[in-house]
Amino acid sequence: MPTDTPGIPADLTMAHFHHMFSFHFMVNAFRAGTIVAVVAGAVGWFMVLRRQSFAGHTLAVVSFPGAAGAIWLGVSATLGYFVGSILAALVIALVPRSSSGRTRSQESAVIGTVQAFALASGVLFVSLYGGFLDSLTGLLFGTFLGISDGQVVVLGVVAVVVLAALAAMGRPLLFATIDQDVAVARRVPVRVLSVAFLVLLGCTAAEVSQITGALLVFALLVMPAAAAQQISPRPGVSFALTLVLALAITWTSLAVAYFSVYPVGFYVSTIGFGVYVLAAAGRALADRVGSRSPRRSAPTAPTAPTALAVQP
Amino acid sequence: MTGTLGAILYPWVGLSHMLGHPFLRSAFGAGTCIALASGLVGYLVVLRGQVFSGDALSHVAFTGALAALAFGLDLRAGLYGACIVFGILMAALGRRASADDTVIGSVFAWILGLGALFLSVFTTAQSGTGAVGSASGINVLFGSILGLSTSEAWSDSIVALVVVGAFVAIGRPLLFASLDDAVAGARGVPVRALGYGFFVLLGITAGVATQAVGALLLLGLLAAPAGASQRLTASPFAAMWLSAGFAVFSMWAGLTVAYLAPRVPPSFGILAVASGVYLVAFVATATVDRLRARWSSSKSPAPLSPAVTGGAPGGS
Amino acid sequence: MTSPDAPGRATAAGRGTPPGSRDGAAASDGPAVRLEQAAVRLGGRTIWSHVDLEVDPGQFVAVLGPNGVGKSTLIKALLGTLPLAEGHATVLGRSPGEAGRDIGYLPQRRNFDPGLRVRGIDVVRLGSDGDRWGLPFPGGASLFARSRAERRRIDEVIELVGATAYARRPIGRVSGGEQQRLLIAQALVRRPSLLLLDEPLDSLDLPNQASVAALISDISREYGITVLIVAHDVNPIVSYLDGVIYVARGGVVSGRPEAVITSETLSDLYRTPIEVLHTSDGRMVVVGQPEAPAHHADRHTGHPR
Repeated sequence: MPTDTPGIPADLTMAHFHHMFSFHFMVNAFRAGTIVAVVAGAVGWFMVLRRQSFAGHTLAVVSFPGAAGAIWLGVSATLGYFVGSILAALVIALVPRSSSGRTRSQESAVIGTVQAFALASGVLFVSLYGGFLDSLTGLLFGTFLGISDGQVVVLGVVAVVVLAALAAMGRPLLFATIDQDVAVARRVPVRVLSVAFLVLLGCTAAEVSQITGALLVFALLVMPAAAAQQISPRPGVSFALTLVLALAITWTSLAVAYFSVYPVGFYVSTIGFGVYVLAAAGRALADRVGSRSPRRSAPTAPTAPTALAVQP
Repeated sequence: MTGTLGAILYPWVGLSHMLGHPFLRSAFGAGTCIALASGLVGYLVVLRGQVFSGDALSHVAFTGALAALAFGLDLRAGLYGACIVFGILMAALGRRASADDTVIGSVFAWILGLGALFLSVFTTAQSGTGAVGSASGINVLFGSILGLSTSEAWSDSIVALVVVGAFVAIGRPLLFASLDDAVAGARGVPVRALGYGFFVLLGITAGVATQAVGALLLLGLLAAPAGASQRLTASPFAAMWLSAGFAVFSMWAGLTVAYLAPRVPPSFGILAVASGVYLVAFVATATVDRLRARWSSSKSPAPLSPAVTGGAPGGS
Repeated sequence: MTSPDAPGRATAAGRGTPPGSRDGAAASDGPAVRLEQAAVRLGGRTIWSHVDLEVDPGQFVAVLGPNGVGKSTLIKALLGTLPLAEGHATVLGRSPGEAGRDIGYLPQRRNFDPGLRVRGIDVVRLGSDGDRWGLPFPGGASLFARSRAERRRIDEVIELVGATAYARRPIGRVSGGEQQRLLIAQALVRRPSLLLLDEPLDSLDLPNQASVAALISDISREYGITVLIVAHDVNPIVSYLDGVIYVARGGVVSGRPEAVITSETLSDLYRTPIEVLHTSDGRMVVVGQPEAPAHHADRHTGHPR
């Protein structure tokens, strides 16, 4: 481990940070973390809005066998991450929705099976290349060790592409997310956008996996966006706030993980969860305070006779 | 000439050779009982549309087991304890829990992160003993069915069989309550109590399945055999037993694969077979559906009213 | 509230054996349903009170009223799932909750998930034995005479509702009208003396409303089953009714349809001008009926939203 005495030093000073950044791999880790945080924040913001958190989690999980398989085959793990997630994204996006009444429960049975099989395949590859727990833990729960320059470059390039694509399709995507029927009527290519977004989500999941580990991508994809959207309903504000929170969480997690022995993914998920809880609590508090004001909303009487009938 | 070739050419010879190893006997014995329980309970999990709770449960199982290890307790205490507490909480939440909820997802992501912490705590604490620490971590994650001692295998089998017995006892009213809680309640079926009972059984099944295929993979053992059986038949009691059958088949086949190819982790073998069965069932029924649709549309002109061919309920 | 008119005594015409008389007690002695000064409170609010009504065996009675007024609550009180805050209720000669075996219940708005992989006949069968502990062995049922008799009964009741053609399809894949028929079969499979139907027609289109209403009425007359049907709209069932229970503003008015559904009675009930119009084809339209306030009791938990 980087420090000889684990644990955050009691006399933490700038000197410690200088010392941390004197290690090239830490510099790389922070570079990678920054890139990943921005992408995760941006794409995650849309993902939370589109209620596709479970899909995001599944795409991240699938990156694990991709990476493990790549290691076994002797190719770059980074490549494996991306191949796994993008392939899965394409499969999910392009498998035609059957009209035979497949529903939530059957779809979730399929997704659950896919997830389990992906994890099983990952452990197969790890076993085949003779990896031990450290390797496994790194892939599943994140590591900041050994991020090479090449990896940083790849992460950066993919991030630029993803962000550019997101910028280009952001507005129609937002439209299609919030108001699908009207968007379809206005000739917005909703289906193409959905497929494209899933591919972007796959790329993002693969990127984030390399910092937080395949199992904890959810934390960085969801929590900053969810927290930001609790704090403000205005899209511009919550979007910017998501990026800020994602960066803050990632930097803090990396720094703390440097000083301690525990996996980065744990810090990301814990700090992220803490931020989310604070935001949600703040929102609940604000609502309670707001409702004490005289302009309390009256219970709305139904305007149509059937308004109270329970919807089918 | 025993070994892989012999086992394939002369299955019964291979089988007796395989079962000559005590650890494989334990694995088969415990594995069969665990698969039975998972197949039966999994059927209802899928029917009730609560597969996501199996996902959440796997995080809880992992974290509970490793928390116990990190605090120096017996792994099973944390494992079963956490799963059962989780089960009761889920039952108390009732229908309010839904899959896409950001809150629930965040809670379980955090719990999984905690599990990573405990894993790390435990392995560094065990760093003196090296292999043991890492082995326990991997075992909880991905199962250790080939590493069960005889006594462990016995206790797991008994627990699993108790689950099976309980399921056989309450399965029918539980099915009724799951499908139709208002009518069942009016008939005197104790719907709430059965709800709790179901989640407790699910928790226990998850605990025992974690020892077979690991916390991360137990979802597959719950979902795949049940999903496959529900694709193939809509008769609930037949589907239940079919699901159990698929689970047991996957277990046997997976363990055999692991025996023949020692580099392959047994949990992979089991899950690969289970997923394969699901895939085959899926493709087969989809193909039959498509053929039937094509055949019936070529036989008769398109019906005038869509209601006749069975659209969404609502009578339109 | 206005006192109830004497309900018409239209008991079963004597065709077919009234199923309730199997255990001797219920069918012919006394009313099938009786409420005396009954009241129900939910979440601190009194839904209705001082309710007196009687329904004779074999009658086909509608429970009408605007949304949120307590019609489903009345059904639940009769089932025993909601306790009475005041007063006394008798259902089939026993207190509510004890007659569960002899009541067929169709709760409000059950739409099965379109992908639900359970057959219609299985749903009917659960109505027959779903509360029995222990799983059946597949195939083993034919060994036992009682099971054979049950199987025959299930097929019989499915045929009675005309659902034989699609009973073996997954229930999510049949149309709304077909689902309702299967659910009626489920309610009928144990030969109930009393059918409590909570808005069985409201998700159906007009032709299905007419045919399902006719089916229920036929079965009621054939087997002497008392039917209480909660409805939004009286028109599909008005020609079959022996009586009406009109729930409104904390109480009920009950009696024959032509006595209750009149402009005078309803205006008096609501203390606001209401007109009941009769169209040329015999349908009744109630005009000016105010809606209940926004405290709609949740049908699942019994708590107001």
